Order: sequence, then C-alpha cells, then structure tokens
Amino acid sequence: MDINKYMHVLKNAGDLTTLYDTLLKSKEYNSEKIYICAGGGCIASGSMKVKEAFVSQLANAKLDGTLEIMETGCLGPCAIGPVVVIGKDDTFYQKVRAQDVKEIVEQHLIGGKIVDNLLHPVDEQKVSKKSELPFFKNQDKQVLRNCGKINPTKIADYIACGGYKALSKVLTSMSSEQVVQEVTVSGLRGRGGAGFPTGTKWNFARKSQDTEKYILCNADEGDPGAFMDRSILEGDPHSIIEGMAIGAFAIGSSTGYVYVRAEYPLAIERLQIAIDQALEFGLIGKDILGTGFNFDLEIRKGSGAFVCGEETALITSIEGNRGEPRPRPPFPAEKGLWNKPTVLNNVETFSNIPLLINNGGAQFAEIGTEKSKGTKIFALAGTVKISGLVEVPVGTPLRKLVYDIGGGISTNKKYKAAQIGGPSGGCIPEEHLDVPLDYESLNILGAIMGSGGLIVMDESSCMVDVARFFLEFVQDESCGKCVPCREGTARMKQIVDRICEGKGEMKDIDELEKLASTVTNASLCGLGQTAPNPVLSTLRHFREEYIEHIRDKKCRTAVCKELIVFEILDLCNGCQACKKVCPVEAIHGEKKQAHIINTELCIRCGLCLSTCKFDAIVKY
Amino acid sequence: MAKVEKCSCGNDDDGLLERLEEIIISFKEKPGALIPVLQATQSLFGFIPQEAILKISEILNEPLSKVYGVITFYSFFSLKPRGKYLIRVCLGTACYVQGANEILTALKQQLSIEIGETSPDKLFTLDVGRCFGACGLAPIIMVNDDVHQWVKPSDVKKIISTYKKQKEKNKEEAI
Ligand SMILES: Cc1cc2nc3c(=O)[nH]c(=O)nc-3n(C[C@H](O)[C@H](O)[C@H](O)COP(=O)(O)O)c2cc1C
Ligand code: SF4
Ligand code: SF4
Ligand code: FES
Ligand code: FES
Repeated sequence: MDINKYMHVLKNAGDLTTLYDTLLKSKEYNSEKIYICAGGGCIASGSMKVKEAFVSQLANAKLDGTLEIMETGCLGPCAIGPVVVIGKDDTFYQKVRAQDVKEIVEQHLIGGKIVDNLLHPVDEQKVSKKSELPFFKNQDKQVLRNCGKINPTKIADYIACGGYKALSKVLTSMSSEQVVQEVTVSGLRGRGGAGFPTGTKWNFARKSQDTEKYILCNADEGDPGAFMDRSILEGDPHSIIEGMAIGAFAIGSSTGYVYVRAEYPLAIERLQIAIDQALEFGLIGKDILGTGFNFDLEIRKGSGAFVCGEETALITSIEGNRGEPRPRPPFPAEKGLWNKPTVLNNVETFSNIPLLINNGGAQFAEIGTEKSKGTKIFALAGTVKISGLVEVPVGTPLRKLVYDIGGGISTNKKYKAAQIGGPSGGCIPEEHLDVPLDYESLNILGAIMGSGGLIVMDESSCMVDVARFFLEFVQDESCGKCVPCREGTARMKQIVDRICEGKGEMKDIDELEKLASTVTNASLCGLGQTAPNPVLSTLRHFREEYIEHIRDKKCRTAVCKELIVFEILDLCNGCQACKKVCPVEAIHGEKKQAHIINTELCIRCGLCLSTCKFDAIVKY
Repeated sequence: MAKVEKCSCGNDDDGLLERLEEIIISFKEKPGALIPVLQATQSLFGFIPQEAILKISEILNEPLSKVYGVITFYSFFSLKPRGKYLIRVCLGTACYVQGANEILTALKQQLSIEIGETSPDKLFTLDVGRCFGACGLAPIIMVNDDVHQWVKPSDVKKIISTYKKQKEKNKEEAI
C-alpha cells in the first residue's frame, strides 16, 4: 500500500474513521495478495531474495498490476522459512527459495495448480491451506492478529485492520478511570514474567497527584530462548505504540520510552519507522486527534546487560547509570524514572491493550483460565519439529504446544523436558506434559510461566549440564551488588561443575539445596531471587541424573566432557584422518591398521569423532 | 593527554573526534544522555577510545569515574579496538542444547583466539551472546549484523573465509 497517498494529519476521530473507510475501499486493500514473511527468521533464511524473485516474475507475467506483494512480520513457523502464503486460496508454502518462484507464478498463479513439493507435509499428507495446518489450526492468534497479515513498516496497513480505533475511542469517549477499570475487568496480567495485574499497576500510578509521569515499555527480552517481543516489535509495532498511548492517557503521562535490547537492530529500525509514521499522522505527538492529549515516545537502546530487564535496573539505565537494581519500595508507580511515578509494562502486555479496549474487558476475560485471562505467546524452540512463535489461550496444556502445534520432537530421540521461564524457570519432565500453561499450575511444578520462552529438549540433553548452563548465565549477568547473588551462585556453580566433572559427593546435593534457599531469600532483585530455580527444578524432577554423575561417575547423555570416553571400534580401516586432527596426539596406529585412543592423553574435544567418515569412533 | 590508539577501520581519528564532539553536544540537553552518547561512540570508532572518554566526561559534565563505571558495566562497550568483523556465538538456551559449544570450539581453533580476543590481522573478534532472538533457527552465530543459522562446526571454516574474501574485495574496490 502506498502510504504517501493517504498521508495526512488526522485532526479528529472522524478523520481516522474516514481514512479507515477510504482504505477499505481502496484498490490496494482489495487486491489479491502474496504474503512473504519478512520476520527476522525468514530474512535470515533468505526471504528477501524470494521477494525480489516475486517482483520480477510477477512483472514478467504481467501480474504486477493485479497481485500485490505484502512483506509481513513473523508468521510463526520460523524453522521452515522462508514462508509464503498465497492470499486467494490460503496456500502455505514452506522453505521457498528464489528459484522456486518461477514455478509458483507459472504453475499456481497462472495455471491454478498448487506446487506440491513446497507444501508442508503432515503425516505423509500434503496440506495446502494455512488455516488447515495443525501448526496454525491449534492456535488462537489474538495479540499476533496482525503479524503475518500486514506490512509493519506501513501505518496504513495497521489502520486498515482497525488500528488506532481503540486509542480514538479512549481519547474521545472514556475517562482515565474508565480505561483503568476496563483493564482491571479484563484480568490482564503482565506478560513480562511475574504476572502482576496490569489494571492494579495502572491504578497506583493514575492516583498519584504528580503532574509528571512516565510510561515505559520493557523490550529488553533478555531470557535466552525467547523471541516473542522481538516478533511483535518487528511484525506489529503500532500495536505497542497504541497500547502505550492508551496507558499514558490512563495514568496521566505524556512521555514514554521503549527500552529495546541492542541485539535487535531490525526491531529498533521498524519501531522507529512506526513511531515516525504515527507522528506524521498525528496519532502521537501534540494534541492527538484534536483531543488536547499529548504523547511523546522515544526509543532507548540497551547495551547488553540482562539485569536491565528488571524494572528498577531498566529505569536506572535510562537515567544514564550502571543498570543496578534498587530496593523496592518505593515502587516505580510511586517513584520511578527521575523519581516520578512510572508504569513499566512488557511489549506483549501493551499489545493486548488495544484488543481489550476494542472488545471490552469482559469479552477479553472469556479466554483463559479462572485466574489468568487472555492468550500467551510462546517462543517454541529446541528439538521440536516446527520451532517458532505460537499463541494459545492461557491454560493450554504443554503437550498441545509440543506435539499438536510444534509437530513433536525433531530428532529420532524421545522428549525429555521442556525448559520454561528462562533463568528463573524450570524443567517440565514427560510425566507432566499435560500441565496447563498458566501461572499457578507451573508454580506447583517448580517452574514459572515467565515471559514465554519454551525450549524443548530430547534425551540427548543432560539435566545437570542444563543446571550448570543457567548458573553460568546468572553468574555472568549478576550485577554483583548483593553478596548472596554474586557469591552464592558462584558457589553453586562450583559444586555443579564438580559434579559434572565426576568429582561430586552425595552431600553436595544437600549443600546445593541449602545454598539455593539462602540465595533466594537474601537477594535484592528477581535475578538473584530466582537464580536457583533451574537447579532446584532439575534436582526435583531429574535427581537420579545427579546421583549417576556423583555415584557412578557417569553422564548418560555423554554431554559432560570429563565423564565421556572416546573409543575407536574394529571398524576402523586405518585411514589416519582422526590421527591427523587430534590436537594432542592421543591417537596411535599404523596406516591401514585399526587405531587406538590413549584415554590418558585424550582431551575429549570430539574432533576425531566428527572427522571419521566410517563411523568407527564412538563416545559414551 | 593520552594518545588515542588507531581505530581498526583506518579512518582519520581527528575527523571522528570532531564528529563525536558534535554528537555529544547534540545530546547534551537530553536527560540520561551518557548511554546514547557512548553507544554513538562505540559505533563511530568500533570501541571507546580514551580521548573520547575525556571529551564525553568534559562536555556532559560527568565525572570520569562514572563514565568508566558505565562503560565497564555494559557488555556492548569495549575499551579495546575490535576487529572488522565481530563474531558472536549465541550461547542462549536453544542454541546451547543444539550444539553451540562445539561451534565455539571450532571458531576458537580456526581463528586461534579465545573469547574476547581479536585476530592478529585485526579482522575478527570472537565473542559470545545470550540469544539473538532467532532461536527457531538454532544454533546461531552473528557476524556483525548478519545472522548465520543452523551452523555446524564444519561450516565455520567457510563462514570465516567468506568474510576474508569480502574484505579483500572491499580493498580492491577501494583501489
Ligand atoms: C533479572 C530480570 C530480568 C527481567 N527481564 C525482563 C525482560 O526482558 N522483559 C520484560 O518484559 N520483563 C522482564 N523482567 C520483569 C520486569 O522486572 C517487570 O516485572 C516487567 O517488565 C513488568 O511488566 P509486565 O507487568 O507487563 O509484565 C525481568 C525481571 C528480572 C528480575
Ligand atoms: S540479586 Fe543479583 S542481580 Fe539482583 S541486585 Fe542483587 S546482585 Fe544484582
Ligand atoms: S576426542 Fe579429541 S583429543 Fe580425544 S582422541 Fe579424539 S581428537 Fe584426540
Ligand atoms: S520469521 Fe518467518 S515465520 Fe518467523
Ligand atoms: S538461544 Fe540462540 S538465538 Fe535464541
């Protein structure tokens, strides 16, 4: 859609409605579309080349006047990208390469015959329609309603989908109290991890008499294995801006900041484009829609510190300091940015706001469980067939995510665990695959809902090593301010290291549990308080693996290096390839004779194993 | 005054320092200016030279100790020049469970450097990251802003040589 054609400052709510009607009647809106995913994942897989191929092939076929190419945000199944959807019949093509485009255009768009070999196979069958694929059919896309449908760099696309209607409604027909009330009725809980009720938070800040207040969006998304916020920022940035503007009105603020992590350059770029366009259209800035409401929005880039995702650290960082958390109270709603009342919400939380204003809080509350309303986006990754971005009602069983949506395990091994909630979370073993994904049920199992990172692991993952991985993470990322967090996690890591090296003792397990409770109870911020969770959860569900490492000096997955043995089987034909790569000359043997590894010298680097072409080397 | 180390891009330092001064002044009135200014410095020079630190401290009226404190807190700021290509291996959970460590080992071997070090030809700096948000395509490495997905240890050699060639090509074009 050519937005310049429609560009003008919207002076009042009527202007927005007129623009909406014009857009719906426009040629661009009504033309048939080809949706090409331009999410970060698909761009990495080459979707821009696919787009260029479509541009030239459509021109060759003289179809460029009737068919429109829509570059969208992440459609979801990133692992099988680049993905393309043909609008007229909802055909979903996977792993499309530039050289496939000619066939799509000639055979499908002109000839009307679907290109079978680009369809996604489901149980040996080829399903062509996107809406009938299990990956999509089993989801409920509310927050991601526009991701994959609109071009995130064109505000007109967002407006044509009903965008900024909620803001207009709020500014022209609601009081700030009514807005907060609506959010409260919806039961929306913050999506950044802790699940604090959003309405309650807004109400605190609204009640403050201060004239200067701030609204902040937490787009720091530091949990490793999480990319929900990234996908919204890249796929539907206006929903965040609209949500923030509504929040600002509700609490009585006129300035907002979005704190985006530096690792997301594309997200920053698209959000900036969206902010600039919203400003041009008069949907943020001064005297929005002629209502006298002002709202300025600015991006602040993170600089690579995980702890800055914690609310007080984020605020300190925007103020230009080392991002160290500070004690609460005072809570940010009372004394936040520059000591003024401040509301901080997560990206996904803000994206929910236009939705619940348009449909009403009561309708919003119809989805989800008794205590947790709405939907939740999860970033499904690890050894699952279709990793990507999925959205389901809160309370959906984990099994449905992994098997019905994700298509099950991608390797020929069995499911072992799903890690949920990042460094503050825990691992869910097979016997709990039916756990409903809501705050309470996950807490009972020693995991947390967290922000939505969900990493599936098959039997090749060692759970003691997973615990070690997260300890190393929090060790690296602890700001160092409190001793229990800094030293306690270091102590815990030493112990787990020892266990992984086969030098552990049985009493180490008690020691770990004791240290865990000290670190949890005596740390200042959430990072320290939850740092022991991955250890506690693996100890709880996979204790026997710890015991094997300690008692039998054995790692059943052959992940813990010090416990592995490399051996050359009789299959060896003496090609000498392994002998040449071994960095420590641990391999002996004459040419054309079976070789032997000296386990005393071997540093278990694994090079020989990956070099041998005859599968003659094994590790166990 | 301390002498500024030459930045690896080979640009004229004086020109850059003048540009930096303009940037600092343009940010001066903004609240919380220090971090955006440091980010601009990092991308201008590829690291944060001492001379820049002195300028920032002077113009923004922030004590040197604070400027250093902030620089050392955040992993994106570097006091040492980095190579032309910053290779970051993702050690986030999804990448970790899919073999990121082996890629890191392969990179260390190929480049003969450790994490945080720069190759003698100033071409590559090796670092690790904690999730680049492309977990669906794990394991991931990033070279500057380019994403490489589903990397296998055996791919490492090819990736490195692509960038080596790119550098040579740029050189030819410059001549
Ligand atoms: C160490 C740490 C890291 C955090 N990282 C994030 C993050 O990356 N994104 C986020 O939205 N919230 C993060 N949080 C939670 C925030 O402190 C805060 O609770 C949240 O942003 C509030 O928004 P919500 O109510 O909309 O969830 C983190 C908390 C801690 C303790
Ligand atoms: S708990 Fe850890 S990260 Fe949090 S303030 Fe204390 S030392 Fe810093
Ligand atoms: S694992 Fe490494 S050190 Fe051990 S024998 Fe093989 S190549 Fe040599
Ligand atoms: S980026 Fe294309 S499907 Fe996720
Ligand atoms: S864990 Fe590597 S990109 Fe997310």
